Amino acid sequence: MKPFAYAHPGDVAEAVRDVAAEPNAVFLAGGTNLVDHLRLGVARPDLVVDVRTLTSREITDLDDGGLRLGAASTNSEVAADRRVRERYPVLAQALLAGATGQLRNMATTGGNPLQRTRCPYFQDVTTPCNKRQPGTGCSAVGGYTRYHAILGTPGALPDPTAPETCIATHPSDMAVALTALDAQVHTLGPAGVRTVPFVDLHRLPGDDPSKDTVLEHGELITAIDLPPLPAGARSAYRKVRDRASYAFALVSVAAVVHDGDVRIALGGVAHKPWRATRAEEILRGGPLTDHAVRAAMDAELAVAQPQPGVEGGNGFKIPLAARTVAATVRTLTEEQS
Amino acid sequence: MTDLLEPRAIGQGLVRRDGELKVRGTATYAVETPVENPAYCHPVQATVARGRVTAMDTAAATALDGVLAVLTPFDAERLASTEDAEYAVLQSDEVAFRGQLIGVVIAETSEVARQAADSVRVTYDEQEHDAELAVDHPGLYKPEKVNAGHETDTAEGDVAAAMATPQRDGGVTLERTYSTAMYHNNPLEPHATTALWDADAQFLTLWDSTQGVHPDRAAVCEVFGLEQEQVRVVCPYVGGGFGSKGTPHANVMLAVMAARALPGRPVKLALTRQQMFFLAGYRTPTIQQMQLAADRRGRLQAIAIDVVEQTSRIKEFAEQTGVPARMMYASPNRRSTHRLAALDVPVPSWMRAPGECPGMFGPEVAMDELAEELGLDPVELRVRNEPEVDPETGKPWSSRNLVRCLREGAERFGWAERPRGRREGDWLVGYGVASSVYPTMRQATSTANLRYADGRYVAEIGAADLGTGAWTILPQITADALGVDVGDVDVRIGDTQYPTASVAGGSSGTNTWGSALVVAARAFRDKFGGSPDDGDEISGDVDQAAKDDAHAPYAFGAQFVEARVNADTGEIRVPRLLGVFGVGRVINPRTARSQLIGGMTMGLSMALHENSVWDPRIGQVANHDLAEYHITVNADVGEIEAVWLDEHDPYVNAMGSKGIGEIGITGTAAAVVNAVHAATGVRVRDLPVTLDKVLPGLP
Repeated sequence: MKPFAYAHPGDVAEAVRDVAAEPNAVFLAGGTNLVDHLRLGVARPDLVVDVRTLTSREITDLDDGGLRLGAASTNSEVAADRRVRERYPVLAQALLAGATGQLRNMATTGGNPLQRTRCPYFQDVTTPCNKRQPGTGCSAVGGYTRYHAILGTPGALPDPTAPETCIATHPSDMAVALTALDAQVHTLGPAGVRTVPFVDLHRLPGDDPSKDTVLEHGELITAIDLPPLPAGARSAYRKVRDRASYAFALVSVAAVVHDGDVRIALGGVAHKPWRATRAEEILRGGPLTDHAVRAAMDAELAVAQPQPGVEGGNGFKIPLAARTVAATVRTLTEEQS
Repeated sequence: MTDLLEPRAIGQGLVRRDGELKVRGTATYAVETPVENPAYCHPVQATVARGRVTAMDTAAATALDGVLAVLTPFDAERLASTEDAEYAVLQSDEVAFRGQLIGVVIAETSEVARQAADSVRVTYDEQEHDAELAVDHPGLYKPEKVNAGHETDTAEGDVAAAMATPQRDGGVTLERTYSTAMYHNNPLEPHATTALWDADAQFLTLWDSTQGVHPDRAAVCEVFGLEQEQVRVVCPYVGGGFGSKGTPHANVMLAVMAARALPGRPVKLALTRQQMFFLAGYRTPTIQQMQLAADRRGRLQAIAIDVVEQTSRIKEFAEQTGVPARMMYASPNRRSTHRLAALDVPVPSWMRAPGECPGMFGPEVAMDELAEELGLDPVELRVRNEPEVDPETGKPWSSRNLVRCLREGAERFGWAERPRGRREGDWLVGYGVASSVYPTMRQATSTANLRYADGRYVAEIGAADLGTGAWTILPQITADALGVDVGDVDVRIGDTQYPTASVAGGSSGTNTWGSALVVAARAFRDKFGGSPDDGDEISGDVDQAAKDDAHAPYAFGAQFVEARVNADTGEIRVPRLLGVFGVGRVINPRTARSQLIGGMTMGLSMALHENSVWDPRIGQVANHDLAEYHITVNADVGEIEAVWLDEHDPYVNAMGSKGIGEIGITGTAAAVVNAVHAATGVRVRDLPVTLDKVLPGLP
């Protein structure tokens, strides 16, 4: 672990100034991901700016019927909030499907979506990784790819030596639910405040896998808004994983069903939470039968690229994603009827 | 026949004597030992799988504030013995596997030590490595012996002929290949040592997390050329070992070396979880080629297992995977072989039930496949192949109650009403069964000292409690041997200042140490009678305990599993797991149950989750931490029950007890695979059973 300076400024404006002024500075909230990375040498900041107590911890009603989650509210608090549980069960379920009780007590609304993409080679500083050390190549291609991406990857067989190659996935369950809910992210940065649609917060590796989100250096999430869902809408989160608890998703699905329309977001399949817009379009107006959903997902996944690798690679995620979406939508439509 | 103890304290479910200390967090483990002004070590590891270290630039490390010393292969002390290459730390520039120790930083704090270790720049002459096990690996060789001194190959009759003969009247033959994964022991407490070298007295004190203080000391003495009188090893508590602390690993030698570089200053070295995946031993992956032939009624005509597994290039460990198939069932034609590939990989070692654990996977799944082919109940198939005597030695069993375990388990589990591909909502349900076995062993050396002092009986023996219950059950045995209340007996363990004790391994601890304690107690009574004087003292040796060589001593069991497989996603859940065991007399039902369900849980973990995913390109475990290396968590364990028969065995030892630390993990994975097959029709032959393997067979 590399020594770093620690700052605990008095307010968010000062925190943003502190980080913006130091190119190798990071924000610290719950620390559930950053502290691991500090220990492993994956994150090597010169300055850590603690914002844990600077943003709001409140969950407040919005005039339009939505909810505002203060960035410092914890995953436990949001999951336990009656309004969240009643109006956005997909979010409460996603939160409770993630991590452990102890971690959820620490992890925050602002921090959870900003956890880094996950890959064992990213976490191991002795192996090349374009995300950790741009330009060194990708060790995951052809290696252990069980938890890696099938969507949004660069081409059929990514070149492990190319500087843009990264097949990691984003591990947040919360982010998948927020993607399906069309949440809005409020930030304060060196350039002032702005609002980013949650679906646009995370990015594909593109030509720079070191960047997980569109946030600028020094830009801080202050709150996340949940727009109201139409009356009668139903939502659910389904996480498929290798053990019953405390594991990252192989595939996860956040679904919102309303009047024959469906919103679908997938986790565990891409560098970002994946909104299945093509499947949504095909399914618009219904009927949401098992067959129709599977067919729509087949269309969505037509561009999916299974990654080969040790122990058979990750091609199983393609049928698994389609089946899990169908099962989740079935649960929601059966409840409805 | 031995003179069995009259059980009074034995059989009582007494609470752990060390339980409160552990719950309160006041039991001290090796690295927590309170010492004055400790220094901290952090290892430097090789990042190539094979080659030579050509240079190590330690300038940045030594320049850091708080760094006390940096040791490398170029300047470390020369060891007295480098015969065991695993222990020959920093003795040459050769790199034999990725993650090998090539240096250590000693510093005022663990943080500085780690930072300094990270800043050491190493250059290598990297060579091409060979780190991938394959059934047709060109370097496969036949080891001289396999672990625990077993023959490498055995043969009786003619398996090939039996397999080639067309099975008349509905008989069948079966040829299948099974594989188990690489597994890491992963005890909760990492491998850790506090070491102090007194240069004036030429005396080394080690507080080391070990399954045996005396074997630990012997290894250290050998490597450093010290006399036993120059070394004390202390280890009152062990946070789990599962075999990985049964022999010391290279980290212990590195800690001693660091202590000797800093005389008079205690040094602490605790491996990180990630480092344990390179340095603390592991179970080799195994490939098991099985052949079975049976007549129409299910009587085996041939049973053969040909095992391929790996060892490291620098040190051989040959897991005895084929051994249980030699004695489990009757058959006129039998064969077992072991072949190894010596690879550029870390050194494999003991992990809970070496041999029996992987070796009860292939054969017990094969038996299920055979039952299916024959249209027989898998319980009945096993019953029909019950051998009268040990097929391997021809000796009668000391006791063998496999059939009773199977029948009792079937009754309790509702086996007769087992579902076949039944669907309950979104879940496909199936039941599976497999047998369990573990030999009953006693080690040749262990001595107990027994003294009467201040109205109490105090026994001393250098035994180890890995969380198993030795602190609690050894007094129970001693009390019954003395004929006194267990509350009047103290047994002190975990220190080389006490008489020599064998390793806590091979489920032999209680059999061995208990026998020595019984010898001491009986000698004490003979010599001092029922009213001893303060200071009366005697010792007893396991050598003096009655020994029976005329019988084959084994514990047996049967495990039953209910598996549920999600029809949409293939997720596998095991809501019910039952084990029925014949393990002789149970000393303490509370700690025994914990051992048995612990073993079964580890077997469930092996079936569904554990898998050290090997990346042969770089020669390391890709998922080398507990976030990625999955161990069964509470949510994966539903109803789990271990019961035991009232089994009388007069041949094994004076307690009438068999070892129980390992049998629980044997057979479990096969029972899970068999249950998943019953639920889905998908036969998974390569562990672990994960959803991707059943997905293609789902509706």
